[in-house]
Amino acid sequence: MKIGNKRWFAVFVLPTFVAFCVAFLVPFIMGLYLSFCDFRTVSDAEFVGLQNYMRAFGENGDFLNALWFTVRFAIASVISINVIAFMLALLLTRGIRGTNLFRTVFFMPNLIGGIVLGYIWQLIINGILYNYGYSITSDATFGYWGLVVLSSWQMIGYMMIIYIAGIQNIPTAILEAARVDGASPIRTLRSIIIPSVMPSITICLFLTITNSFKLFDQNLALTAGAPSKQTQMVALDIYNTFYGRVGYEGVGQAKAVVFFVLVAVVALLQLKLTRSQEVEN
Amino acid sequence: MKKTIALFLSIVCVVALLTGCGERSKADIYFLNFKPESANVYRELAQKYEDETGIAIKVVTAAANTYEQTLKSEIAKSSAPTIFQVNGPIGYQSWKDYCLNIESSNFAKLLTDEALAIRDENGNGVYAVPYVVEGYGIIYNDAIMKKYFALNDKTVDIDSADQINSFATLKAVVEDMTAKKSVLGIDGVFASTSLSSGEDWRWQTHLLNVPLYYELSGSEDYADPTIAGLNAKEVAFRYATNYKNLFDLYINNSITEKGLLGSKSTSDSMAEFALSRVAMVQNGNWAWSQIKDVKGNTVKEEDIKFLPLYIGVEDEENQGLCIGTENYLAINKNASKDAQQKSLDFLYWLFSSKTGKDYVTNKLDFITPFNSFSEQELPSDPLAREVVRYMNDETKQTVPWIFTSFPSDVFKTEVGGALLEYVQGSKRWQDVENTVKSMWKSERQ
Repeated sequence: MKIGNKRWFAVFVLPTFVAFCVAFLVPFIMGLYLSFCDFRTVSDAEFVGLQNYMRAFGENGDFLNALWFTVRFAIASVISINVIAFMLALLLTRGIRGTNLFRTVFFMPNLIGGIVLGYIWQLIINGILYNYGYSITSDATFGYWGLVVLSSWQMIGYMMIIYIAGIQNIPTAILEAARVDGASPIRTLRSIIIPSVMPSITICLFLTITNSFKLFDQNLALTAGAPSKQTQMVALDIYNTFYGRVGYEGVGQAKAVVFFVLVAVVALLQLKLTRSQEVEN
Repeated sequence: MKKTIALFLSIVCVVALLTGCGERSKADIYFLNFKPESANVYRELAQKYEDETGIAIKVVTAAANTYEQTLKSEIAKSSAPTIFQVNGPIGYQSWKDYCLNIESSNFAKLLTDEALAIRDENGNGVYAVPYVVEGYGIIYNDAIMKKYFALNDKTVDIDSADQINSFATLKAVVEDMTAKKSVLGIDGVFASTSLSSGEDWRWQTHLLNVPLYYELSGSEDYADPTIAGLNAKEVAFRYATNYKNLFDLYINNSITEKGLLGSKSTSDSMAEFALSRVAMVQNGNWAWSQIKDVKGNTVKEEDIKFLPLYIGVEDEENQGLCIGTENYLAINKNASKDAQQKSLDFLYWLFSSKTGKDYVTNKLDFITPFNSFSEQELPSDPLAREVVRYMNDETKQTVPWIFTSFPSDVFKTEVGGALLEYVQGSKRWQDVENTVKSMWKSERQ
């Protein structure tokens, strides 16, 4: 029976494994190799060593500026998304009338694609700013807050669902015990709810941090980096380096590798940190 | 029941897969088209050619402003484009490893002036052939201009728009028109100076062509300003003030407030012109299709005219339109011999057979640089006619498209960004000048 099981294992895993290799592993390793090459198209690469990495950082400040902008954006959006999503989740687990309707409404923006959302918000923001003789590209600050609002609007619903699931998992016995012992709502929140939903917080933070760093289509559609690349995030900078300039394909690739390492480090650190806070219930 | 559905679905999948493969191997010629506005015409053409010769053509059109990206990913495939486009000598530099020498082909021999073709560094061979000649300047609506010149209290002493022959006159007319815009029934003299991302090419490329042309044609080492541009390590931007002249005139007499220009696109400007809300717009003869197709357009065909881009240099009375080309066709060196020959045959057919030429003049509206087209075989749209009129006018000095020698796309993008910030007030004009000079230098390396 054991052998039979193993054979079945191969049958089920192999297709996925092949797909994983073709669509992820091979391109990833190729990309890693290409970041050390000078190339026009992926088939004519020539090894040049670390030169691309030096050019990525040295040649102009674009990459570092984009990185700094991305970090600033990530901080603001991670905080706003998680705080608002958590508050909504608290509200919508109290059995208020129309809870399901609200959950659906808050979740809906998540179903719209980033490019579409970007254009929608560009219209909305421009529509307001026009009255004062500005547009979203007038100042990088508009673009920055535009992006924060846009990504919050898109992600809050999704994170809210995860938090709701977490909150609903808290055994009612504990909550009742707390009430009987006379704990105030804030005390309950701090000592019972938040520690119990730590796994949800881990997931939500992970998702929002990585998504904020990787944001691309919303950025492209909302400002496309204007004015003068001041609202350009890392993913867009990589895209523009790779596709926008001939002879910079390798540099773009090098930036992508640096970006990958950075996101991986940040995400793993965060996982380690929040995991240690999780409690068994 | 479930099994039947499952079976049916799997059959559908397999069939879809197989037909997908079948279609791909059928076409010998793969043409990657640059001009989105002519996508449908090319598809029709491909069908016509297949009916006539039995040779299938695959036409793919890259979305606006994404040609380089599309080409980059397509050319790495095993079924790569056999015919593709390079944008002038700088574009050729990035794709030269993929361009076939087509000097001995019938297609290359169609060129009226062989000097137009792109050759290698030593001036040998023919690697890309231009296929369309275009012109740009200030497009104006003569109906509105006539209305203005009929006013009793106008402050200029000329009587028609074609008497405008210098920046000073243009400025006087435009500023007086702005003052009287309610009488003229317009919202501004110039259409929006579109500066949103990817929509600023009319200023950072086309308008910038004029001051740099004057500078580079003064070069002591090279007779041809484009060659001078290709070899210039630095530019002094000597005519920066002249560039500012016309650019400021655009934004100060615009239909749109300065702060909002960053969200305007070229099609916004063309729509404003087509609806007669403005009297002038800077663009080229390719814009005819945009003017024509705007819903409810009120501008009449016979009222659409061109003015040269006067920027206030000395003796500019004889300056003509900016006429040239950045559209060159090349054949993929790595395609099979058979596919290369078939591609060349198709191009020869397109620009020399009766059917092909009919499409080129009447549907694509191209003015071509080929000797197979007679004087009568010219597009009939008003802007193309104006371009031809200026070309044939001996007294007018055409400004060539020296922007094909601008160092890179990044140079243009950075200048566009600086212009946007200048318009929005976050940069001074001096910064724009510095951007032009420093970006030229750093991108030329």
